[in-house]
Amino acid sequence: MGEEKKNGKKLQLAMYWAASCGGCDMAVLDVNEKILDIAAVADIRLWPIAMDYKYKDVESWADGEIDVCLFNGAVRNSEQLHLARLLRRKCKVMVAFGSCASFGGIPGLANLHCKKTIFEAVYGYTASTVNPEGTTPQTHTKVPEGDLHIPDFFDDVYSLNQVIPVEYYVPGCPPTPDTVMVAVNAIATGNLPPVGSTIAGDKAVCDECLRTKSDKPKIQAFHRPQEIFVDAEKCLLEQGLTCMGSATRGGCGSLCPAVNMPCRGCYGPMPRSLDAGADALAAMTSIVDASDEQAARTKGDQLVDPLGTFYRFTLPVSMLRRAQREH
Amino acid sequence: MEPRIGVFVCHCGTNIAGVVDVNRVVEAAAAWPDVVFSTEYKFMCSDPGQHLLNDAIIRHKLTRVVVAACSPRMHEPTFRKACAMAGLNPYLFEMANIREHCSWVHEDKLAATLKAIDIVRAAVAKARLLEPLQARMVPVTPKVLVVGGGVAGIQAALDIANAGTKVIMVERSQSIGGHMAQLDKTFPTLDCSACILTPKMVQVAQHPNIELMTYSDVENVDGYVGNFTVKIRQRARYVDESTCTSCGVCLEKCPKKVPSEFDEGMATRKAIYRSFPQAVPGRPVIDKESCTYFKNGKCKICEIFCEPKAIRWDDQDRVVEEKVGAIIVATGMGLIDPHGLGQWGYGRFPNVLTGLEFERLNNATGPTGGRITCKDGSEPKSVAILHCVGSRDRNHKEYCSRVCCMYSLKFAHLIKEKTHATVYNFYIDMRCFGKGYEEFYNRLLHEGVKFIRGKAAYVTDQAYGDEETGKLVVSAESTTLGQVLRVPVDMVILASAVAPQNDAEAVARLFGMGRSPDGFFMEKHPKLEPFATATDGVYLAGSCQSPKDIPDTVAHGAAAASTALSMISRGMVEVEAATAEVLKDFCSGCKVCQDVCPYSAISFHDDTHLAEVNASVCKGCGTCVATCPSSAITGHHFNDLQVLAQIDAAFAWE
Repeated sequence: MGEEKKNGKKLQLAMYWAASCGGCDMAVLDVNEKILDIAAVADIRLWPIAMDYKYKDVESWADGEIDVCLFNGAVRNSEQLHLARLLRRKCKVMVAFGSCASFGGIPGLANLHCKKTIFEAVYGYTASTVNPEGTTPQTHTKVPEGDLHIPDFFDDVYSLNQVIPVEYYVPGCPPTPDTVMVAVNAIATGNLPPVGSTIAGDKAVCDECLRTKSDKPKIQAFHRPQEIFVDAEKCLLEQGLTCMGSATRGGCGSLCPAVNMPCRGCYGPMPRSLDAGADALAAMTSIVDASDEQAARTKGDQLVDPLGTFYRFTLPVSMLRRAQREH
Repeated sequence: MEPRIGVFVCHCGTNIAGVVDVNRVVEAAAAWPDVVFSTEYKFMCSDPGQHLLNDAIIRHKLTRVVVAACSPRMHEPTFRKACAMAGLNPYLFEMANIREHCSWVHEDKLAATLKAIDIVRAAVAKARLLEPLQARMVPVTPKVLVVGGGVAGIQAALDIANAGTKVIMVERSQSIGGHMAQLDKTFPTLDCSACILTPKMVQVAQHPNIELMTYSDVENVDGYVGNFTVKIRQRARYVDESTCTSCGVCLEKCPKKVPSEFDEGMATRKAIYRSFPQAVPGRPVIDKESCTYFKNGKCKICEIFCEPKAIRWDDQDRVVEEKVGAIIVATGMGLIDPHGLGQWGYGRFPNVLTGLEFERLNNATGPTGGRITCKDGSEPKSVAILHCVGSRDRNHKEYCSRVCCMYSLKFAHLIKEKTHATVYNFYIDMRCFGKGYEEFYNRLLHEGVKFIRGKAAYVTDQAYGDEETGKLVVSAESTTLGQVLRVPVDMVILASAVAPQNDAEAVARLFGMGRSPDGFFMEKHPKLEPFATATDGVYLAGSCQSPKDIPDTVAHGAAAASTALSMISRGMVEVEAATAEVLKDFCSGCKVCQDVCPYSAISFHDDTHLAEVNASVCKGCGTCVATCPSSAITGHHFNDLQVLAQIDAAFAWE
């Protein structure tokens, strides 16, 4: 790529979103004036949030015509899967951009349910649903004007690497501007780490966190951030907040703990981790100050939504992967 | 290079082969990838079995060995040694337990065979990923810490000291002697407890190889087998040990009386006190909590009368650090809290006593000078001794306390000897298993003691008739008569259960020991190593391991001493190689691992901001490995990938 740039040919860049909130695209814009630097070295060939493209535009590219694709969002329906596969063919380097593409992200928590139960909730009984006929989306519908097709909704939410091979990972919900620029610079200069690398820190968020930790940390009780006055100096974990910082890859600069919010774990598992949620759960429960099983149980019960807390961004890539299907 | 795995399936006589089809396991193993040799043998642990292993390693160029046999606790060291003999790193050996985990617990032969295959498959999967490790040798500090100055600790300390090795004995109360010092007579010989114990106590105090620290507590233990560092707090005594002549004048003059712990609260002692007249050391201590001077700044009567001027009001606690090679924990037993035994009237009726209270009542140095009396001073006309109060009882302690039947017989004899009382023993069954015990029971049967086979249900003062008025009524079902009896008596003695000491949990943590479900300290092996613990270099003596009578306690103390000595005299010890290691590149310094290590093996470096495992102290328990949120600690020999491979293989149905 560096070669190509020297030859005057700009980096061919595609950006795509699948099951995502749009935050990752905003993160790219969040680099502010540096976006112009990106534009200077790259032709942005695809960016649905900013410019109008059709499927046929993508289909018309030659295989491998695009240098790099920054793919954000998880994969949870047939359209996203189709685009992921299509872009994989068209792009030399595939980057899972953001936590959803990297680990399944927040949408990945839908793996606690399945298509049937999700539809029952969304088109059935949520407070804002008015659906007296009980209509649910159908992939094929005949209307007078012809056949309508909408994508098939999967039972599972997948991370990008569960459906196509991925070269690099840029984690974050969303990736911080610094992380984005590190990634873009690496791509633009061709100074890329080994395939499979995650472009972020190798140590945990704790390593970047400036809070003071006791020599033998103990958790007296679990709290949610709004329930306590957070001490600005002391380790959040020791204050009973379910901070994921020790089980989460750093590189974000410990942004959340710096403003009294516990780390939510968006940079994903540590390099050697097999299951970020289990890592955090084991660590936190190990330091709960409880003399017996009953006390431990009582304190454990203070944890609100443990699964959603510990696996907030990583359920699809965890050893749990998903809840057992009911059918 | 692909590993070359050999699988050896042991019959263990019929222990395994009686249930598991050993040949089928061998055939199954032969078909797995990387398994180049697979065989069976009747006793793998025997000499020919080990030779078989040895030959196969050499002949088939094995690089991994799996022996499917018993528990690794039993024979892992055996097979590791056999592997090493053949030139294979002993950590490339893996054991599959198809006896305790399979043949012993199953009857269905086919299902057990299939399960054995699963267990062996899992072991093979782990073996594939094993890495060679090196055990290390470290020198031993030739000194032993004995914790607790009861008869177990005394025996252990004397045995070690007599062999020429230095001993530090730490006892938390003012005097050594323990429970045995509280007893009057001992069963079944009825010899005087003090007469046989006090000479040993004096020997301890005078032995040139024993440093005695009473009124002291072990505060901290660091280090590992052969190289422990212990911190001992010597509580302020306020009496100078070198000037005090033990004359005892202060004990007479001190005006402040408090209940005596030694007399189970049945008599008083002074604020300046020694536990009992024959206390060792004889020099008293001032109990700061009770002393009038410490309370309101006035009194100092002891000082006025102290001729050698030994009172030191400014005395302070001292914390000393000692290096020892082995630790013998002889912290003894406690008794179940009798207040939880309300149906037998303890705490409600003054003439309901525990066994130990009766020991003091009957003791010549006790509150009545050895006269057996009710609280009002009268001699009891009838006494009931209730066996198994809190023992052999699912509501309290499931185990048998082992000493109660015999001391109940002893009580019956002593009451008969000293009073004219009728004595009733309410028992479930008589457990008289020791040398001369059954004979003692037989003797008592002819002394007119009434034995009622039935556990006492309750003790009440609600009289149903004139003969019960003013008496304590014991209700029990006599299972020989098949009827419920009500027996009115003047005094009830509860043979209340022996229990772990109240602080057993803290002591277990301090020395890195486990506890068995009954709460006593866990021995390494219930049969072959009842005096060792899971922590190398920490040994158990006496009733802290399980309820014991005096002969067993003494034997256990001697056993602990000889085990500690044999380790000390080797001069060097091998330390475990399967330890945890912090991978510096991934440690983020969160400190979560600091407090979870039961062996205090993890330290934190403030300069590098990294945790480090001291491999010499680490036992490889894996707690920190599981705890580390950053997956920055790996457990050698049990790393995540090895364990996951094992799990995957265990569930890979064929």
